[in-house]
Amino acid sequence: MDKKVTLGALFWAFVRIGALTFGGGYSMLPMLERECVEKTGWVTQDELLEYMAIGQCTPGIIAVNTATFTGNKLRGALGAAVATAGVVLPSLIIITVIAALLSSFLDVPAVRYAFAGIRVAVCALIINAVVKLFRKNVRDIWGIALAVAAFAVVAALGASPVFVVLGAALFGIARMLIENARTGKAGEPR
Amino acid sequence: MIYLTLFLEFFKVGLFAVGGGLATIPFLMDMADRYEWLTREMLADMIAVSEATPGPIGVNMATYAGFQAAGVLGSLVATFALVLPSFAIVLIIAKFLDKYRQNKLVDGAFSGIRPAVTGLIAAAGFSVFRIALFTAESGTPFWEYVQSIDVPMLVLFVVVLAASNLKRIREWHPIAFIGLSAVAGVLINCVLR
Repeated sequence: MDKKVTLGALFWAFVRIGALTFGGGYSMLPMLERECVEKTGWVTQDELLEYMAIGQCTPGIIAVNTATFTGNKLRGALGAAVATAGVVLPSLIIITVIAALLSSFLDVPAVRYAFAGIRVAVCALIINAVVKLFRKNVRDIWGIALAVAAFAVVAALGASPVFVVLGAALFGIARMLIENARTGKAGEPR
Repeated sequence: MIYLTLFLEFFKVGLFAVGGGLATIPFLMDMADRYEWLTREMLADMIAVSEATPGPIGVNMATYAGFQAAGVLGSLVATFALVLPSFAIVLIIAKFLDKYRQNKLVDGAFSGIRPAVTGLIAAAGFSVFRIALFTAESGTPFWEYVQSIDVPMLVLFVVVLAASNLKRIREWHPIAFIGLSAVAGVLINCVLR
């Protein structure tokens, strides 16, 4: 059945997904479901949810990763490339047009004022997102310490986020190894 | 060589920004400090545009930053470089999906990365907070900086933050908050000043 999916159909399905979803991440799920599960049966609901879950545990944009997974399942590496290109194409076109217009529009006082208000809304939206992420991702005292440390070294010291991510990954691995060693010893039959 | 710079910078973002679109913002803020074609103010505006236009936020942000640096070709290079690392990684992972999910090392790494990314996004939010609510340049003495707070904007901030956490209003799409705040911004600046 997989062979029947043409690259063109794959491409346009992901162009539609890119063009009709706002915000990225899990807000893309309903549209992905419609195009990839309900309309075509390309992937199952479970597969889609698994792709999104793994998409959160791999670097990169979740929606793009999901596109790559789906394309790869249907038509291999070429399918992955086509689906990925499809999902980013609408952004490329729309944002390029907006970016080209925005710089000249920002000379209009009313537009500048509007963006002054918008920045305030963005700030509130990010704070809400951080609160949600904090509840989901921060589970113990070490999590709090890591989140606070990451905030501090970037906000106060201007450290590169790359080192924060690498450092946090190493910290997580080290902690897991230590804990494993400990519980391993405690659980050993004597 | 601006295209090479763009490619390398966004490859790095694609490789290290874990956890979705908002996670790209701390990296872009860091980039804004190092290159003159991008500023933190531009990014603050662009987060709103990215939320209010179709497409994943991370891709929108990369396209925008690339365009600011080097026009249409710049936006193509930035977006291509952004998706390239995850593209390769996903193709590899897809081959042994279950092993990846059950891998202890991957699990351990992400148990550290997830809280840290939360802190990183909070730092990006703090940066937008400073841009949105204070008129003084960063680097001004602390008390002078605090006194430069824009009071009407602070009121708007408190209202939006409170409203977006109220029961029914919480379900509204982010575009609604962005649109209403745009109107409020125009009113505050035209009527009060």
